[in-house]
Amino acid sequence: MKNSANILICGVGGQGVLLFSDVLSGAALAAGLDVKKSEVHGMAQRGGSVTSHVRYAPKVYSPLIEEGTADFLVAFEQLEALRYLHFLSPKGRVLMDTLKVKPMPVLLGAAEYPKDVIERVKAGAKKVNVVEAFKKAKELGETRAQNVVMLGALSRLLGIPEATFQDVIRQNVKAKFVDLNLKAFEAGRKLLE
Amino acid sequence: MSKKLLTGDEAIAQGAWEAGCRVAAAYPGTPSTEILPALVKYPDVYCEWSTNEKVALEVGLGAALGGARSLVTMKHVGLNVAADPLFSSAYIGVNAGLVIVSADDPGMHSSQNEQDNRWYGMSARIPVLTPSDSQEARDFTRLAFELSEEFNVPVILRITTRIAHSKTVVDVEERKAAPARTYAKNFAKTNLLPSNARPLHRSLEERMERLLEFNNTKGPNRIEEGRKNFGVIADGVAYQYAREVFPRASFLKLGMVHPFPAETVRRFAQGRKKLYVVEETDPFLELQIKALGIKVIGKDQLPMLDELNPRIVRNSLSAAGSQSEVRSPQTGIPPRPPALCPGCPHTGVFYLLQRKEVIVTGDIGCYTLGSYPPHSAMDTCVCMGASITVGHGIEKALPPDDKRRVVTMIGDSTFFHMGLPGLVNTVYNKGNSITILVDNRTTGMTGHQDHPGTGKTLMGQPAKELDVAQVCKGLGVEKVHVIDPYRIKENRALFRQILSEPGPAVIVSRRPCALLVKRDAPKRVVPEECNGCKLCLQLGCPAMSFVDEKVVIDESLCGGCAMCVELCARKAIV
Repeated sequence: MKNSANILICGVGGQGVLLFSDVLSGAALAAGLDVKKSEVHGMAQRGGSVTSHVRYAPKVYSPLIEEGTADFLVAFEQLEALRYLHFLSPKGRVLMDTLKVKPMPVLLGAAEYPKDVIERVKAGAKKVNVVEAFKKAKELGETRAQNVVMLGALSRLLGIPEATFQDVIRQNVKAKFVDLNLKAFEAGRKLLE
Repeated sequence: MSKKLLTGDEAIAQGAWEAGCRVAAAYPGTPSTEILPALVKYPDVYCEWSTNEKVALEVGLGAALGGARSLVTMKHVGLNVAADPLFSSAYIGVNAGLVIVSADDPGMHSSQNEQDNRWYGMSARIPVLTPSDSQEARDFTRLAFELSEEFNVPVILRITTRIAHSKTVVDVEERKAAPARTYAKNFAKTNLLPSNARPLHRSLEERMERLLEFNNTKGPNRIEEGRKNFGVIADGVAYQYAREVFPRASFLKLGMVHPFPAETVRRFAQGRKKLYVVEETDPFLELQIKALGIKVIGKDQLPMLDELNPRIVRNSLSAAGSQSEVRSPQTGIPPRPPALCPGCPHTGVFYLLQRKEVIVTGDIGCYTLGSYPPHSAMDTCVCMGASITVGHGIEKALPPDDKRRVVTMIGDSTFFHMGLPGLVNTVYNKGNSITILVDNRTTGMTGHQDHPGTGKTLMGQPAKELDVAQVCKGLGVEKVHVIDPYRIKENRALFRQILSEPGPAVIVSRRPCALLVKRDAPKRVVPEECNGCKLCLQLGCPAMSFVDEKVVIDESLCGGCAMCVELCARKAIV
């Protein structure tokens, strides 16, 4: 098991980036590692671009990932993957959803949503997994479970046991949503079979 | 003892609870907001949302004098509001401990300025602790209560956004009862008549002398020995970045930065060929180190603007010889600025404003986002409460032939915070401005905290629900209108009428925050009916976009507010 990772998670305010990183860092702690996660609350959450930095290792100092050193870039939205691609290390891997959410300048016609986002991400990273997590969550009847589907997919790529994630999900979500989230997690794991 | 993953804010709540804190007061402000909602979950602590930071600090001081360990929390600019009682409280000191959390926001993630509140400690003669992770946030909170009582002075715990909002591992313990203290009248201590204040000032300087000795001998500072000739002095989160970038250097990590532990620094600096000081925002430590005659590299290479990160530390302090090679960010990516939510009641008000030749002075809250396109409906944003007052000033400056009206826009929570004196001023001084009080029944931007208008306290108890319209009438405003911002057509006529009459007037735009109410069924566009006029897009609703010459509504985002339905002349939205 690889016992350290820098994971940058990005998305749009309201997509559940924060719950994702809470469960991920909780799982790293449960696996006996030092862990730090950092994000910013407040104004950015109102539909803005949101990131969360998660770092775990036997000992972690900086809560922030340095550009060019992320082992994983997890993107809940295409454009956000491109926006933060420079954080990825040369050997790093991108895990991204195909979902597109148009930012306000695009909605207003002041800018265009780039057409070739996935191609550009693939040109900038050696390892890229493109998944349909939002679509999968919609099939499960709850688009807000996109984040946990993504977590399931990521869990395939990390050294932390599956059961540890499941335990932490149980601790972090309300009782009535536990089943849905465990299902979403499982569906996410299947995306990277 | 057990381990928990806590944000700095949560760790402060944990530390305060362990320390036996019994009273806590705050006004919400990023990044400090989450401390009290975390603390109120613990038993046996009275917590309140005070109306502003000055009020909160005075409540905290009173509680500390009354015998309860007290915690007061605020964002950096909140301490400006509370600066008056801050300076006085240093003279008076405490009975039970008083800890003041100042949460600074380098980088201005959610603030109007970046300021370094370590200076307040120096200026007001108050000790300042600067934790560098959540463990220290918890530890230093406990220490702060002890120091406050031992040295009879309030203590500032200064955190920054990265400390407040980062989760790190914390060892936690159970609560210990604080030493019992009772209230007894002490005129010479607590009544700042000049005859009392003079000896209290002398006593304060003496208290700081003793604190200085404590900090040099037993302060929460530590030396981590690495290479003999290369030293780094750092505090707060800057320490973590520097530790990451210079793994082999020797470190002096400071935890208590005021009173400045000169002897400790001198000892550490001795014999180091190269010495860096790594700190965020201002050269607070650097100036004091240089005043000792010690040569140190700091803000001549590190930026004073924005927050630091490992890359900036690495690349600024180039003498480290380890410039990181970093790929550049991709270009041609449209920005994703924050926006008002779909169905936000403020949208209806901005729609009216963007079509009028008026001067709009704004305030602090979600509605500040109305400054961005498509609304671009706000000329100024200064500080809490400054909409009404700055607007009054502009109005007084306009020449008689300038017929533009001044509209001042303020939220309900901000109105209770600092809008009241401004509105009284406008009434008293024959102002003519029109105040739009956007009453969304919550403190929106910081995440929905209660306030005097919501009818509920932080403890979850029902409270007197102050009606802002009644309050405005009580302050002497004769023209007070209450509108529903969703009724755009109706409001347009009323707004035109109000603009044609002399002020002052208040329009209370009342509707709860869209995030707090159950959403209605989403609206949709009938493509055959839409002629692509884009009138509805002027609402700036994030659920609406323009695809193939037609408007499209994203049903996963739309809450069915129907403002667009009202605007569409072709009835193409149903």
